[in-house]
Amino acid sequence: MVDVQFRFRDDEAVNDSAVTVDAFTEQTNATAVRIEPGDDARALLPFLDRLRLIEVNFPAWTDGRGYSSARVLREAGFTGEIRAVGDVVIDMLSHLKRCGFDAFAPDKPLNPADAQAAFERWDNVYQATADGRQPIWALRHQS
Amino acid sequence: MKILTGNDLKTGAVTWWTGVGWSLDVNDAADVGEDGAKIIAREEGVQNVFAAYVIDGEKTAAKDGWTVRPAHIKDRIRALGPTVRPDLTLKPSDPEAVNWVI
Amino acid sequence: MYKYDSYDQQMVDTRVAEFRDQVRRRLSGELTEEQFRPLRLQNGLYLQLHAYMLRVAVPYGTLNSAQMTVLGDIADKYDRGYGHFTTRQNIQYNWIKLEDTPDILADLAKVEMHAIQTSGNCIRNISSDQYAGAAADEVVDPRPYAELLRQWSSFHPEFLTLPRKFKIAVIASETDRAAMRLHDIGIKMVRNPAGEIGAQFYAGGGMGRTPMIGPMIREFVPLDQLITYSEACLRVYNRYGRRDNKYKARIKILVHELGKDEYTRQVEEEFAHLLGQGIEPPLAELERIKQYFVDPAFEAGASDELDLSDPDFRLWVERNTHAHKQAGYVIANVSLKPVGGIPGDASADQIRLMAQLAKDYSFDELRVTHAQNIVFPHVKKADLYTLWKALDEAGLGIANLDTLGDIIACPGLDYCSLANARSIPVAQKISERFGSAEKQAEIGELKLKISGCINACGHHHAGHIGILGVDKKGVENYQLLLGGCEGADTSLGKITGPGFDENGIVDAVEKATEVYLSNKQDGERFLDTYRRIGMDPFKEAIYG
Ligand code: HEM
Ligand code: SF4
Repeated sequence: MVDVQFRFRDDEAVNDSAVTVDAFTEQTNATAVRIEPGDDARALLPFLDRLRLIEVNFPAWTDGRGYSSARVLREAGFTGEIRAVGDVVIDMLSHLKRCGFDAFAPDKPLNPADAQAAFERWDNVYQATADGRQPIWALRHQS
Repeated sequence: MKILTGNDLKTGAVTWWTGVGWSLDVNDAADVGEDGAKIIAREEGVQNVFAAYVIDGEKTAAKDGWTVRPAHIKDRIRALGPTVRPDLTLKPSDPEAVNWVI
Repeated sequence: MYKYDSYDQQMVDTRVAEFRDQVRRRLSGELTEEQFRPLRLQNGLYLQLHAYMLRVAVPYGTLNSAQMTVLGDIADKYDRGYGHFTTRQNIQYNWIKLEDTPDILADLAKVEMHAIQTSGNCIRNISSDQYAGAAADEVVDPRPYAELLRQWSSFHPEFLTLPRKFKIAVIASETDRAAMRLHDIGIKMVRNPAGEIGAQFYAGGGMGRTPMIGPMIREFVPLDQLITYSEACLRVYNRYGRRDNKYKARIKILVHELGKDEYTRQVEEEFAHLLGQGIEPPLAELERIKQYFVDPAFEAGASDELDLSDPDFRLWVERNTHAHKQAGYVIANVSLKPVGGIPGDASADQIRLMAQLAKDYSFDELRVTHAQNIVFPHVKKADLYTLWKALDEAGLGIANLDTLGDIIACPGLDYCSLANARSIPVAQKISERFGSAEKQAEIGELKLKISGCINACGHHHAGHIGILGVDKKGVENYQLLLGGCEGADTSLGKITGPGFDENGIVDAVEKATEVYLSNKQDGERFLDTYRRIGMDPFKEAIYG
């Protein structure tokens, strides 16, 4: 298994091994699942309360379906760990985090200084997403 | 002949492998034979060029200052420059140069 | 026009710093070209045939003179003294050095400009009607909505690695001047029977190798749901657009394969869900943006009189100006298509001159059009002659809008590494043959559009006459299309038959115009005649 390089959670690390979405829907006691780009994240919605970890795989960083998967899960109220695995590169990090990822396990470990700069790059953001940050339009209209 | 061409990493300029280095003039191009891939790996590795590739071409008898002719029109336009702006080409003072690409 | 506040400025400055760092990592060898390529593309930096090319965004085609001046200065300082205005209302520089790009982006940021998302598989610069805020026929100024969408789409974290590029256009009048239905999403601002403004959505239009006209997917989206609805359209596309084949990855293929009804159903389902997510900016934000687009201080009661005693001026007024909503004012088009010139190219001096003239005579505003021309949106009629004189002295006063001289042409094989054939020399030959005032008067409105390959950057599918460059065993060859149109009655051109060489295609265009002239009935444009008599008479004349 690939190591988690960055994690933004205070709870205990989850080491349960993740099963595929197909296996998961049949195997009712698994607590971790891995979503591939072609899987429908919504298939997991009825089971969120017993999941601790959802891995979202990026076989190639240019395939952006995983961003939508993570947001769908967060929008449905999932509070467990969402971990980006696979071809995770520096310039994706802040966007992944904005979409609800809170753990990162890149195939190739990233330069920690570059990664930190990437996570901290944007002081403000234009959109409301799953990360709960106040978008610029909300800051503009605060009374 | 096999010609190796690419773009200068810093400036983007079209360059041609001369056997020892890079030139902006296609007429300096050397025949790289089977060595193209090896040279590309080395030269791209040290940040000299990027987007390098090997093309077919031929050595021609000297005519109007041309001695090397890439086989495809696209590479002849790369060698000369935009045919619609002769002033910005390799041969700004030669109005006939445009005919060489066709 | 819109002005950045400190938030907008900070976003753009941050991006410059980020790219400066990426360029540094590339030059030092930390990043390979393979890793760097997508990063440079998201900042508009391509590799073209001769050098790097930088594409600068002109959001919804609107510029002020300070911005235009900087565009001219960049051409001098970092390029070879000229720029190319494109069909996407942007500007491209053809001779950029990688080491200069962070500085160029910093210069742009100082005048609230950038090259963000002008390439790559993300939401691109949003285009709009070049007459926005000036035309008499608009329901409302479309630009505030385009600006709202610009902010939403900039660095949208979910939509930066879509299946393919994504282009949005926003218009607000019946006359479509932005080829709205040939965009991935077209938005038309409309008024509903209750008198409220809202957005009508079209999805799945596009050109390229499989041109399609986007069908309407929703008649009316209320203003306080505009972003939410757009997000739903994008999310369905991001999740289900094809990623197995780059040529089938545009949203037009998804909409086509699912069918408009099924795509719409999925969007509506996603939309219903997203409405509960609090992602919509408040209407107060739209109001904030709108205040930047209020009318300039027009002079009440300005005279509608024009002295047309100069015949060249008269011709230009007839051809190149358009009615303004304000009495005493007019919209003036600067054609960047001199006879034998390069469509869309302008020198640094010309760019700066237009900037100065806009300051003096058009309330500091200019527009870039998808036909690769420049617009002075608000000119007082009393100033029009002085403006035209100044333009004409700089070679910018030609009267040929929407005629055979006003050709759209992509860079083609003179600049573009994807090209099959050169576009510009064909445009030059055609404009030389048909560019005279007499020819233009005879032939009238005829939109001719040329692309150097199937990607259709030159909109050849949408030309009354279209020309497509193809590669015939290493030799340039050109196909002729007839009957395309990008206006409200959008249609796609049809190929006449076998292709031609460079001179042959110019002759074929001439024959097509002859068929038109001998068949036209009163008041018919070329396109009208073609639509009435069909392809056959043209085919016969061209190949017979
Ligand atoms: C030289 C650099 C350029 C490259 C590499 C390039 C590449 C492409 C490609 C690959 C497509 C097809 C996309 C698809 O079908 O999925 C395309 C479409 C398009 N490009 Fe370009 N292009 C370039 C320059 C331009 C210029 C100069 C313009 C404006 C004059 C332009 C405007 C457009 C438009 C309007 C479309 C078609 C509309 C569409 O299908 O969305 N491009 N371009
Ligand atoms: S249509 Fe083809 S040749 Fe023309 S600019 Fe686009 S990609 Fe290049």
